[in-house]
Amino acid sequence: MNTHGTVREWGDNHKFRKGKSALVSALCVLAGILVVTPLALVFIYLVIQGAESVNGNFFTQLPKPSGELGGGMANAIVGTFTLLGIASLIGVPIGVLGAVYLAEYGGPKLNWWIRFSSDILNGVPSIIWGIVIYGLMVVPMKGYSALAGGVALGCLMIPIILRTTEEVLLLVPQGYREAALALGIARWKVILQIVIKTASKGIITALLLAFARVAGETAPLLFTALGNNFWNRNLLQPISALPLQIYSFATSAFDDYHRQAWAGALVLVTLVFVLNISVRFLTRDKA
Amino acid sequence: MTIAVESAPASASKTVGQRLPAPSRAGDVFSERFTMVMAVSIFALIGLILYELLVGAWPTIKTFGFSFLTTSSWNPVTEKFGALPFIYGTLLSSLIALLIAVPLSIATAIYLTELAPLWLRQPLTSLIEMLAAIPSVILGLWGIFVMIPFLSKFVYPGLQSALGWTPFFSGPIFGIGMLSGGIILSIMVIPIITSVSREILSSVPNLQREAAYALGATKWEVTRVAVLSYAKRGLFGAIILGLGRAIGETMAVTMVIGNSSRISASLFAPGNTMASVLANQFAEASDDAFLSALFAVGLVLFLVTVIVNLFAQLLLVAAGGNKHGKLA
Repeated sequence: MNTHGTVREWGDNHKFRKGKSALVSALCVLAGILVVTPLALVFIYLVIQGAESVNGNFFTQLPKPSGELGGGMANAIVGTFTLLGIASLIGVPIGVLGAVYLAEYGGPKLNWWIRFSSDILNGVPSIIWGIVIYGLMVVPMKGYSALAGGVALGCLMIPIILRTTEEVLLLVPQGYREAALALGIARWKVILQIVIKTASKGIITALLLAFARVAGETAPLLFTALGNNFWNRNLLQPISALPLQIYSFATSAFDDYHRQAWAGALVLVTLVFVLNISVRFLTRDKA
Repeated sequence: MTIAVESAPASASKTVGQRLPAPSRAGDVFSERFTMVMAVSIFALIGLILYELLVGAWPTIKTFGFSFLTTSSWNPVTEKFGALPFIYGTLLSSLIALLIAVPLSIATAIYLTELAPLWLRQPLTSLIEMLAAIPSVILGLWGIFVMIPFLSKFVYPGLQSALGWTPFFSGPIFGIGMLSGGIILSIMVIPIITSVSREILSSVPNLQREAAYALGATKWEVTRVAVLSYAKRGLFGAIILGLGRAIGETMAVTMVIGNSSRISASLFAPGNTMASVLANQFAEASDDAFLSALFAVGLVLFLVTVIVNLFAQLLLVAAGGNKHGKLA
């Protein structure tokens, strides 16, 4: 009876354990569903609300003063690309050349510190860059400007580009470098003509990733680029950007502005996702 | 390349039996120095942030000293500034965010690495990573017009009737407020914690799992004994990385938290985090004392996120292979 009892207990226990396992699995599935749901909801609302509101005017007109219907975000779209242009003038050379140092020259100790610091820098809230550039550029230049906004975004890009480009450069087989060096080619030419050329697709991927990340940033622009309801061709004047315009329209008390905020959000998300998806295609080819 | 090939035989014929002149190293020296300056500029950028924030915050530090961190009056008119409401707001909203996000993220990561059918794993992972790419301002827009109306109609009244006897769920429901801020933050940190945890879990060697299966363990026992305990440190790093993100996240929180500088026990009451007070009030700060106080808030925020991220990075490095920094 005793042995029988333990056997039955073991059997029950086994069932219990199986049941527990199934329960936890079910909970994990539930968690997965809960995680994906808000994402799906964000997309659904963006597409429904945004598609209703995007029209030709959105891409061609300036914002109307509050109270008037219609208008668009043409200046904000151009502003976003202007800011990205200025940002890349700072972020791309520093990020890519810094990555070249990490991958080609640097010793392990200094490299570790640079990587570590750049990961820390990557974690710094983007609004901090907003107030730093405010103190560094807006105050001395006595005004908000497109230039200040671009610099803020550029600083944000540096650690992202640095880390991803380094990874890409390290993927270039060591044999390529050795073969070129064995021909007596100077090292800097090897880097320029062999390493960077081989990794060029990957480097472009890294840059696109950085653009995607920075294009949606609002916080660093609030006190640097400020926003502007008109066309601006002077880089020393405030300029608008899509995220800024979405923010100010979303927090306004006016229905037509809310409608346009959704349209702006759809356009911005499309821009970010096109960048992200092209990254996926580029990396898929390489793998 | 061509230069080297052409010039070598030419000079060789002129100087038979002699050594070739050493090629110039100037290009190499220059390129190494130049790229080094670029790489080392990372340190300069961190120094620059610290310097600018210290200069901006200096008047406040001199006037209020340590009491800036411990007093809770924030009054631009009387020029009395204490950052406690924002420190409290940051801690509370991040805590709410982590309470929601951590179990969901880790369970999802377990699903993705241990349970999901193989064909589903990659698409689901990509989908969750896409959520991380949604700009914060768009999540804030969605928060204002979709999430808050839903929560204040269907969820908050129920919470209040069930838990209204505690101070945390009493008082009027505005919709915007600390709880809404925490919930939107949780949506923002879930993708990060999930994707870093997923990487950590999938780096657990299969031998671990096979050994546990061989002892007759069930799926959950394998996960708990062989996978989770092995990946403990890395998962903790993932959570801390999410915490760093939650502390610094600005736009979405700013749009739903309500911009109030008072500490309230109720989670339904409006509040502010350190990041959201900067976004809300920096542009309208007209006089120097107010601006300096906001710089001081920025300094505190910077130091806190650096410390939290430092901790997270060290944990992830210790957990082996740090590829995660760039995700955050």
